[in-house]
Amino acid sequence: MYSKQVMEHFRHPRNMGQIKDADGIGQVGNPVCGDVMQMFIKVREGRIADIRFQTFGCVAAIATSSMTTELARGKPLEEALKIGRDDVARALKGLPPIKMHCSNLASGALHAAIKDYYKKKGRAA
Amino acid sequence: MKTERIYLDNAATTRVDPEAIKAMSPYLGERFGNTSSLHHFGRDADRALSKARESIAKKVKARNHRLVFTSGGTESNNLALKGVAFANRKRGKHIITSSIEHECVLNSCRWLERQGFEVTYLPVDREGFVDLNDLEGAIRKDTVLVSIIHANNEIGTLQPLAEIGRICSEHSVYFHTDACQSFTKTDIGLEKQYIDLLTVNSHKIYGPKGVGGLFIRRGVEIEPLMHGGGHEFGLRSGTVNVPGIVGFARAAEIIRESHIKHMTRLRDMLIEGALGIDDSWLNGPRSERLCNLANFSFRHIEGESLLVHLDLKGIAASTGSACASKSLEPSHVLTAIGLKPEEAQGSIRMSLGRDNTREEMEYTLNALRESVETLRKISPFKGRSV
Repeated sequence: MYSKQVMEHFRHPRNMGQIKDADGIGQVGNPVCGDVMQMFIKVREGRIADIRFQTFGCVAAIATSSMTTELARGKPLEEALKIGRDDVARALKGLPPIKMHCSNLASGALHAAIKDYYKKKGRAA
Repeated sequence: MKTERIYLDNAATTRVDPEAIKAMSPYLGERFGNTSSLHHFGRDADRALSKARESIAKKVKARNHRLVFTSGGTESNNLALKGVAFANRKRGKHIITSSIEHECVLNSCRWLERQGFEVTYLPVDREGFVDLNDLEGAIRKDTVLVSIIHANNEIGTLQPLAEIGRICSEHSVYFHTDACQSFTKTDIGLEKQYIDLLTVNSHKIYGPKGVGGLFIRRGVEIEPLMHGGGHEFGLRSGTVNVPGIVGFARAAEIIRESHIKHMTRLRDMLIEGALGIDDSWLNGPRSERLCNLANFSFRHIEGESLLVHLDLKGIAASTGSACASKSLEPSHVLTAIGLKPEEAQGSIRMSLGRDNTREEMEYTLNALRESVETLRKISPFKGRSV
């Protein structure tokens, strides 16, 4: 059901954990639906210098969180904001149709963290 | 770590016992006759069918019931519900069931509602038991059938059949129970427990898939679902699956009291070990539970992740979590016993077989501890409640 890439990211999630002094934090999902994702970012010179995640959810939720952090790391914020569900799913070599919403959640958490950073900076996203 | 292959999903299906395969084999080969044929090939097959029927009937002390062979539990439950509902329309159109039935009962009931029947879905308590006062209170003048699952397939709660049966009998309402999980694992007596209709199946008891049965008390009005050549007392037309039925009977004969004791011991070992993990609990009752099944919840983690984690370690279990199901809805059983949706997400079902060992339980408990710890590290909820 899951691709090799999904299983690989599930078994060995990248960038897992928190950033204590994060510049931006994003959270999406809700435990009732079975998925909650948190993204923490550190920003240097307009780029994502560090990124971490924590996820409560299924295999796809964990793998998409992990992949999203990989895609976003080092990217300028404007580019990171363009990472969407299809990018995440493509990078994982596909997701079962019923799990596509997971990749939406993961990129959503990333966008929320970037918007949180802008808000803290006093600038509109 | 060496890779194990531990099967803890015997409530889904079981491995066919080699004895059952041996018993079936001639009926796939040289003894291939059709039970309806008058020649000696047919008579030979028909004798095998009768012998199998008697053998299975003994398991539930059937004297006043007929056993109709079907394709499995789903068909038996469909036949019981739809067959009784349609044959008794003149008496009434009301059916009572529980909110924790298998989907084949629930969806048959929903279909019957669309045909104009009325169905009451009884709630259950925290441990999954139906309240007997609720049941009695729900019986109406036009109630024709009560259908309550014996052992719940997700959490293992064993309903008090005799008490439920007595109430039904006192109100002259037919009583059906789905015993797919409990058949041969706990004592069932059709008379002692006032059962009018009983669903049993083969592939959960080390028999082949594609075979099941419905015991029907003589005199119970019931319509067939399958119309045709009048096989199985006119209640289930279609050429009889003799090899499957012979395998089913052999599987039922093999089961011993010692298997039940063995599975009960392993189950208790599993429960004790799993409850040693922080923020975990057992779903369903501690006693009055199916001998081979335990369902646990672990806070802060999601069931599908846990299931796949265990699978990577060679352990096959099952989950009632939404993410593992096609519907993305949490299990209706876990919701019915009062778990919040987020609590139902973190559940896992382990169902034992008679071939499991103590060593496998030790390995499983270690793997479970590790997996829960790993997944909690990824979870944003550790250290605070969801």
